[in-house]
Amino acid sequence: MFTDYYPLTNFNLKKRGVILVVSTTTYIMTKFTFTEKKDTRSGFGAGLLELGRKNPNVVGLCADLTGSLKMDAFKKEFPERFFQVGIAEANMMGLAAGMTIGGKIPFTGTFANFSTGRVYDQIRQSIAYSHKNVKICASHAGVTLGEDGATHQILEDIGMMKMLPGMTVIVPCDHNQTKAATLALGDHHGPAYLRFGRPSWPIFMAADRPFTIGKADKLIDGTDVSIFACGHMVWQAIEAEAALAEKGIRAEIINIHTIKPLDVEAVLESVQKTKCVVTCEEHQINGGLGDSIAQVLGRHFPVPLEMVAVNDSFGESGTPTQLLKKYGLSPENIVSAAERVVARKK
Amino acid sequence: MSKPDLNHLQKLATQIRRDIVRMVHACQSGHPGGSLGCTEFFVALYFHVLRRNKEFTMDGTGEDIFFLSNGHISPVWYSTLARAGYFDTKELSTFRFLNTRLQGHPATHEGLPGIRVASGSLGQGLSVAIGAAQTKKLNKDNHLVFVLMGDGEQQEGQVWEAAMYAAHNKVDNLIATIDYNGQQIDGPVKEILDLKNLKAKWEAFGWEVLEFKGNNLAETIAGLEKAKSLTGKGKPIMNLMHTEMGFGVDFMMNSHKWHGVAPNDDELKKALAQLEETVGDY
Ligand SMILES: Cc1ncc(C[n+]2csc(CCOP(=O)(O)OP(=O)(O)O)c2C)c(N)n1
Ligand SMILES: [Mg+2]
Repeated sequence: MFTDYYPLTNFNLKKRGVILVVSTTTYIMTKFTFTEKKDTRSGFGAGLLELGRKNPNVVGLCADLTGSLKMDAFKKEFPERFFQVGIAEANMMGLAAGMTIGGKIPFTGTFANFSTGRVYDQIRQSIAYSHKNVKICASHAGVTLGEDGATHQILEDIGMMKMLPGMTVIVPCDHNQTKAATLALGDHHGPAYLRFGRPSWPIFMAADRPFTIGKADKLIDGTDVSIFACGHMVWQAIEAEAALAEKGIRAEIINIHTIKPLDVEAVLESVQKTKCVVTCEEHQINGGLGDSIAQVLGRHFPVPLEMVAVNDSFGESGTPTQLLKKYGLSPENIVSAAERVVARKK
Repeated sequence: MSKPDLNHLQKLATQIRRDIVRMVHACQSGHPGGSLGCTEFFVALYFHVLRRNKEFTMDGTGEDIFFLSNGHISPVWYSTLARAGYFDTKELSTFRFLNTRLQGHPATHEGLPGIRVASGSLGQGLSVAIGAAQTKKLNKDNHLVFVLMGDGEQQEGQVWEAAMYAAHNKVDNLIATIDYNGQQIDGPVKEILDLKNLKAKWEAFGWEVLEFKGNNLAETIAGLEKAKSLTGKGKPIMNLMHTEMGFGVDFMMNSHKWHGVAPNDDELKKALAQLEETVGDY
């Protein structure tokens, strides 16, 4: 068991993921712990390599960040299907759109900032509006990019990409799920954005856990509050769940790995039971997962909502752990948001 | 222009190289390669070429101003700014740590004196510099705008939009320089996306193009002085500055490997053994 990743002083480790059987409800009997940490971008690299072996139409493009995106293995095994485009992301998006014409499935790789904001109109016109089968794969998203600072820490990308009609937006939670999502994208048709990150992070999803694009993944059953999380924040939510359990609050943890199309049914099913919601994301409070959930609630089932997200500010240099803390993305923040929202229900 | 005290400037350059290596070592991140390769350029610029006011102001009215487009080489800029008196050299120890003004990539957000626009996302600095140069003209401010870019950065399309614009609009109070080190992250520029005849390209875009050796102080100063003498003649100026990534630390040279890697304790020792403390460590 790793203890270096986050100070667990407030949490009782033994209680994490305990199996609870109460007279009326049976809780999901999965224990979410980890023995290994790895970056989610390595999950992408591993998935891309496997996809390359399975499907000869899969091609990779990269803008001078092959090592950072973990695309070296694909490049080495399929040199003729790997395209180094240089530091020219706009060109890369256009090239990828063109490569789909004739049946290739391009996976573009660069940092999340340069995968979205830098090339928004190229994506909008040549990929989204033209409905091209391009998979935009984006690493180093969010504050956990760390020391490089705010210029590179994009916190607006989920919003930008989900606003594009027809764009699928996926934010997997750990190494294994990033690999599974990459593989799933090989069989998916249409434009898609896959967002992952830089830091070493707990691997807590079983490698063989099924992954279906657009289908939310309930991790822990609960009755008192629904916690919807994506990306690195899913692990934070699992940690928060243990702390909440100690306080007598049973949180339901749902991994919304696909922000778009959103699994509205799963959201409503959970919320009809718990009647209050916390959303968690490593993204601006404006435009991300929380916004999408709020829209569902507002339209179908209004209940109290709290959002754990970056509060309309840019990031800065620091270690991932420091930044998660400073920007309000720690398990403690989820715990207090849950307590607030449960109180508002009464 | 007074004669430069090359001996003193060389000492400063060596000290700044020490700062760079120590800064990236302390936070175990950042970009030593390009920083070390551009050290003479920064020393020449800030300690001899720029006509600059003592106090920093955002508008930079009545002084020459500088923009760094390849923001990842922030260590050399921060050290130079501190050594030039814009802030205490002690602050260099905060580079890339939480709550620092010395962000991983240059930013205005925390108010560090010397920085006028954020950079880090490549390809944007030349456009900003051209805009600032046009403002100087509108304001009848007879001073110059300098900007530094990377050679890999030349692959960004925006650079060439700016190139076309500056020549068309006769932005002749602008001196741009390219750190022509032949390296970028994934490897040699020639292998990643060859720039081919870069001089001919800039000339074809309507710029006055000069070349000089960037790891030689006298040549760098002479090159920048020559560039200055060519301003005001209807054309923007481009310096192709030939440098060696990692210059000054033998094991960091001749490769792209040290573009963005921090030395470990052992490597730090080896590097510092090659860089004499001259005007005092921070
Ligand atoms: C728009 C953009 N794309 C990609 C990057 C990532 N990146 C940072 S430095 C760099 C290489 C730059 O090469 P060059 O300009 O030659 O600088 P050098 O490596 O010589 O310091 C890349 C690709 C970035 N910062 N901005
Ligand atoms: Mg270079």
